[in-house]
Amino acid sequence: MKFLTEYRDPELAQSYLEEIRKTVTRSWTIMEVCGGQTHSIVKNGLLGLLPDEITMVHGPGCPVCVTPLHLIDKAVYLAEEKNVILCSFGDMLRVPGSERSLLQAKAKGADVRILYSPLEAVKLAKENPDREVVFFAVGFETTAPANALSVLHAQRAGLTNYSILASHVLVPPAMEAVLADDENVIQGFLAAGHVCTIMGIDAYYPIAEKYQIPIVVTGFEPVDLLQGILMTVRQLERNQYELENQYKRVVRPEGNLAAQKAIEQVFQIADREWRGIGTIPQSGYEVRPELAAFDANKKFSVNIHHAQECAACIAGQVLKGLKKPFECSQFGKACTPSTPLGAPMVSSEGACAAYFHYQEA
Amino acid sequence: MTQFRMQLNCPLPELDFDVITMGHGSGGVLTNKLLDDVILNLFSDELENERHDGAQLSLEGNTAFTTDSFVVSPLFFPGGNIGDLAVNGTINDLAMCGAIPQYLSLSLIIEEGLPMTDLWEVLLTIQQCCKQAEVKVVTGDTKVVERGKGDKLFINTAGIGKVHPQADIGINRVQAGDKIIVSGPLANHGMAIMSVREGLEFETEIQTDSAPLHQPVKNLLDEFGSSVHLLRDPTRGGVGTVLNEIARSANLGVNLRQVDIPVDEQVAGACELLGLDPLYVANEGLFLAIVAEDIYEAALGQLRENGFARSACIGEVTDEHLRQVVLTSGIGGRRVVNMLAGEQLPRIC
Repeated sequence: MKFLTEYRDPELAQSYLEEIRKTVTRSWTIMEVCGGQTHSIVKNGLLGLLPDEITMVHGPGCPVCVTPLHLIDKAVYLAEEKNVILCSFGDMLRVPGSERSLLQAKAKGADVRILYSPLEAVKLAKENPDREVVFFAVGFETTAPANALSVLHAQRAGLTNYSILASHVLVPPAMEAVLADDENVIQGFLAAGHVCTIMGIDAYYPIAEKYQIPIVVTGFEPVDLLQGILMTVRQLERNQYELENQYKRVVRPEGNLAAQKAIEQVFQIADREWRGIGTIPQSGYEVRPELAAFDANKKFSVNIHHAQECAACIAGQVLKGLKKPFECSQFGKACTPSTPLGAPMVSSEGACAAYFHYQEA
Repeated sequence: MTQFRMQLNCPLPELDFDVITMGHGSGGVLTNKLLDDVILNLFSDELENERHDGAQLSLEGNTAFTTDSFVVSPLFFPGGNIGDLAVNGTINDLAMCGAIPQYLSLSLIIEEGLPMTDLWEVLLTIQQCCKQAEVKVVTGDTKVVERGKGDKLFINTAGIGKVHPQADIGINRVQAGDKIIVSGPLANHGMAIMSVREGLEFETEIQTDSAPLHQPVKNLLDEFGSSVHLLRDPTRGGVGTVLNEIARSANLGVNLRQVDIPVDEQVAGACELLGLDPLYVANEGLFLAIVAEDIYEAALGQLRENGFARSACIGEVTDEHLRQVVLTSGIGGRRVVNMLAGEQLPRIC
């Protein structure tokens, strides 16, 4: 907890709040991109502390939420029909597919396992040479290096029974998609600190410039978030639109070059479908063709039909920041973490789950 | 993981088997050998009616009776094993009824292939825990299941205890203004288990808090009697879940103050790393006491004098925001502490 408690210091937080109150003269709408930031904001009760002029909107930064329905269906199919050991992070298991979630498939006998690292899946593949092991590789740029390393390790070990079902999405194109939407109301961004730790900050300069919007790379602790909000509000009040880095203690401008190298070795950028949003050009990673043997999408040519989303679910509008979770007619009624209609309610990073779980007192 | 295993201070008897086989559950020679040489060998002083189908007991006054099953994985973890959980868990269930535990039953469901040394170590732990807590194992059962049909070892214990004459504990006694006392830091047991769980091993000195709680409960009841309104041990689901159950059952609200909730630094760090909230992590040697406002400081003083140095008042019961637990965060924000929808799972990024 060393180096952390100072970013939860009540006095420091109060001083930033005071400064925000002094600075703000008009109403501003700011989006925090990352689901982790959403949770921290709601968990620490920041929404109730901010002045009324500031509206925080929750972005598409929950990779579990935006994983397309047909990929979940594919993972369920592989686990049930192909004698696959299907591994993923815990969050992914609860997300509803068109018929069932991976957790429900597990309850019916499929071999679905919660892992904490993709390298564990490689170990599983070594230990089970007669089974196919598939890692459902979900995440933004943050989890991509470890998932890439798992493929490189499997290749080095000569494994032929390991593959990943890649569902990686990239943050900067999503921010552009939000800004390009006709209904967009976002005037400033808190960019996701962890993503910038890996990828650096260069991708955000052209977005700030093109859309004339302030972007502040921000951390996850209450003091980080308040400082990030203050930096954004200061820019907005001065009519500035620059990229600033609040999270300098972690984010280097160039990012983590070793991690970027691992990503580049295994993945290439491709168009990607975002659940609830649609296809965003050049917004995801797919496994490079030369590593097709480790790409579950290619290895198991399963034809899964695109299923219809639940008509009552407004996940897409929530993910784009157009609606707050509680503006959904189903929120907390038909749609709860126990009976989710859409992924933002089921993933622990999802905005709907955050509101349901930590709703303001 | 072996560094956490206790030293066997009682040698394993000379046996002609080193793992449990299906034969040990057959009722034949091997079963008898397992019972005679291993189980009865350890509990013969206590099993007053060896080989009888059940125990015959003389009970007086108000009696509490409880049962619990223990399926923890792995069986051995920092600071304990499934054996002390099985004894302390049932003792604590009785203690939370305001009862002094007297008798236990012990049922073992053993998976074929379990090393005898593991079983012996667990049974030794059970024996030691029972001696320390002054409870007797008076009846039991042993079953063996095929490999793959269990998870090494499951234990069920049932317990009987005599209810303290001053105790008047019940959800109907909880009222607005009552103070919520927690007996020590949260989440140690759950994080100790996490630290040795396959795929998640991380280096830490976090140990389970598994401990019997009947003595501190007895002390509280001796001195404060019916001013102790409710007792709960927040095992699975943690303090957050228990307080939600209380708020809903009592149709009252609960206020919590994050700054007053004790959490060890290492535990807080491990929770942070995995994205877990200590409020929902399991405890095995921790209790919540909801007590009358006018005695809470004295009750806290008594606990602290009796070895519960980290006990704290973490909040109070209120007639506002009925059926909800509301936490004031470290920086002064307020938010609801809700029931979890499912198991807490580590976040992915």
